[in-house]
Amino acid sequence: MKSRSVIGLAALAAGLALAQASALAASAEKGKAAFVQHGCWQCHGYEGQGGVTGPRLAPNPIPFDTLSNFVRTTSRQMPPFRKEILSDEDLADIYAYLQSIPKGPDPNSIPLLNP
Amino acid sequence: MGLGIKGLHKEELMARRDKTPQRLTAKGPDVSRRKFLSTAAVAGAATAVSPRDAARAATAPVADAAASPARAPSALRPSARMAAAETGTPKELAKATGPDGSDFMVDVIKTLDIDYVCSNPASSFRALHESLIDYGGNRKPEFITCTHEETSVAMGHGYFKATGKPLMMLCHGTVGLQHATMAIYNAWCDRVPVICIGGNDLDAAYRAPGVPTYHSAQDINAIVRDYTKWDDQPVSLQHFAQSFVRAYKIAMTPPHEPVMISLDLGLQQEPVRAHERETLYIPKYVPTAPPQADAGAVREAARLLANAERPVIVADRCARTANGMRLLVELAEALQAPVIDQRARMNMPNSHYLSQSERTAALISNADVIIGLELGDYWATVNAFIDNGHDGLGVNETRIKPGTKLIGISSLGLVTKANYQDFQRFQSLDVDMAGDAEATLPALIEAVKAAIPNDRRAALEKRGEALRKAKADSHERTKAAAAAAWDASPISTARLSMEIYAQIKDLDYSLVSSGNVSGWPNRLWRMDKHHNWLGGSGGAGQGYSAPAAIGAALGNRDIGGRFSVSIQADGDLMYTPGALWTAARHKIPILSVMHNNRGYHQEVMHVQRLANRRNRVASLGRDLGPIGTSIQNPDIDYATLAKSMGYWSAGPIKDPAELGPTLKRAVEVVKSGQPALVDVWTQPR
Repeated sequence: MKSRSVIGLAALAAGLALAQASALAASAEKGKAAFVQHGCWQCHGYEGQGGVTGPRLAPNPIPFDTLSNFVRTTSRQMPPFRKEILSDEDLADIYAYLQSIPKGPDPNSIPLLNP
Repeated sequence: MGLGIKGLHKEELMARRDKTPQRLTAKGPDVSRRKFLSTAAVAGAATAVSPRDAARAATAPVADAAASPARAPSALRPSARMAAAETGTPKELAKATGPDGSDFMVDVIKTLDIDYVCSNPASSFRALHESLIDYGGNRKPEFITCTHEETSVAMGHGYFKATGKPLMMLCHGTVGLQHATMAIYNAWCDRVPVICIGGNDLDAAYRAPGVPTYHSAQDINAIVRDYTKWDDQPVSLQHFAQSFVRAYKIAMTPPHEPVMISLDLGLQQEPVRAHERETLYIPKYVPTAPPQADAGAVREAARLLANAERPVIVADRCARTANGMRLLVELAEALQAPVIDQRARMNMPNSHYLSQSERTAALISNADVIIGLELGDYWATVNAFIDNGHDGLGVNETRIKPGTKLIGISSLGLVTKANYQDFQRFQSLDVDMAGDAEATLPALIEAVKAAIPNDRRAALEKRGEALRKAKADSHERTKAAAAAAWDASPISTARLSMEIYAQIKDLDYSLVSSGNVSGWPNRLWRMDKHHNWLGGSGGAGQGYSAPAAIGAALGNRDIGGRFSVSIQADGDLMYTPGALWTAARHKIPILSVMHNNRGYHQEVMHVQRLANRRNRVASLGRDLGPIGTSIQNPDIDYATLAKSMGYWSAGPIKDPAELGPTLKRAVEVVKSGQPALVDVWTQPR
């Protein structure tokens, strides 16, 4: 591996760590409100569970940078949320909210799902 | 003995055996108003105008002549008496007696074994209304009182999908038909027959002035001609007999579609004309065999499918009947091919290992041969539309590999019209067959079995085994998705669906309608019977779900033993809430469970999408969704609404733990023969 690549990877890793740390420092409580205010619930449900209109976001959300990049630039079915309409702070709070959503019960332990 | 009518076959007279002989054979003067106008008006009208009117009419031509240059008249000027007759007030006609025209219409209708006529009453069909309930005994058809014409049509829509039998609807030909149009369009898009009759008083000289004249038109059928299969406006009773039987026959020939008859009030109210009493007859109805696809094209399709490595069957409105399901299973098993059920009908038992709708994206993208059976939208089956283009136009993407062979069997092309775009985008196919898919399946199955090379049978068996495993894996993923937000409030649509299923799974249930609940019932309930699922509205016109579900429940009630359940969207219910009263009034047992997400959710997302595209924050006002898309502030109390119309009701339920016990009580109410509604606050989809 060339040294330039190593430096690039290190910088990327540092950036990711910063972004992750920033997200972790955010407020899940504020994020829950922002999740509704910005309309994320419309396609993903109030708890990010997903449905036919959008994929599941929680529990165990995808890495923050992946989510952030997609939210800002998506050209797929989801419309992009640029910084002008969704601030970095709000996005970090939303991510914190998604991280705070606990894992649900094992589907095989739910009698109604195993009639 | 009938209406003094000769020449009828025995079976055509059967419907008349309970009639009152005195009325049927009553004789009177032959005074139809048309005949009056054509032969006797001139002589008789002289006494119907005032002397002053007659004098004015007589002098007017003279004044005109004096002011104009002389020229040869193109026709003789009317005499003073003639002019007065044409411009004066018609004399009241002598009361005609004799067998009533609308009684004969009831005789015609009764030959077709129509169970119900759904209607909001109106003066323009008062004569037929009276004949149906008094002369016809309010049986076959029985009058179902509806509070809106949209309900009348949608009840027929649902009834047909539950029973396979069409209903009749009666409406004012103008204002009533204007109400009914959206529901007729839904029936058109969903390929469902409804026999629509619009009352219309055509004779401008004799119809009542004011409101009845506002409610008359030259051509009432024009408003629905783009989305009905056939229409007519009979001008005699014999014409009516032919038109009604023809309309029924056309509607019931696949592709099924609604039909429309404009029914003149004069024709309903007049007695049977003297000359018709000797000649009237009722044409015998003989069903038309559904169209089958070309035999050569079927063989070519079979060859492609038999030799495919990864064939996929896609079905939308394929199984018109329970036998259609059996045939589809036979085709899939012969090919060991997965079936994607697009669910406009119950096409494929979802417990079958070849039922693979959950794997649609993977199957379509890997297929080498796809056969579409009565697809509403073939283009969207093999292409994607991304509503996110930078220029606002959206992006089209193919879903299939280059070289994938596309086969189609569809009866849609047999009824394609130009204006409304229900035919969807154009998709070129390699083998394109015009014909009814269900009727063509026996020939296709036979051809497929003959075309499968012996050395491929082991490969097919292996393909089947792989599909069994894929089905099992897919089911586990579906359960995991359903478990997410299981205990959430508002209640998740998966939890809602499975709480309902827990209460009805041991019953012979029929899911007669469903809101947009991410398809959980179709994904997780065991659906093996044709009536387990009746499909959607067809045209996505709001106001379908409540009345169509009640119409289907009416059919299920009469068949007996079926439990009707509906997952009712909140926005949809508010178009036709009066349908609830009809269900209570006619004791139609149905369990309606509200999918109450407190919004027009499709529009919530649409407005949000546009705000994002334009880099603007969507204004919410006081609501959860963008202004204008929410049904909040105040929240609608659906339980009280339903109770006010005679329903047993409960809710709103917000705690998932309360849902099961409440539904259990509601199911018992419905089993006792009453309608029940449970309001549930839910997640959006």
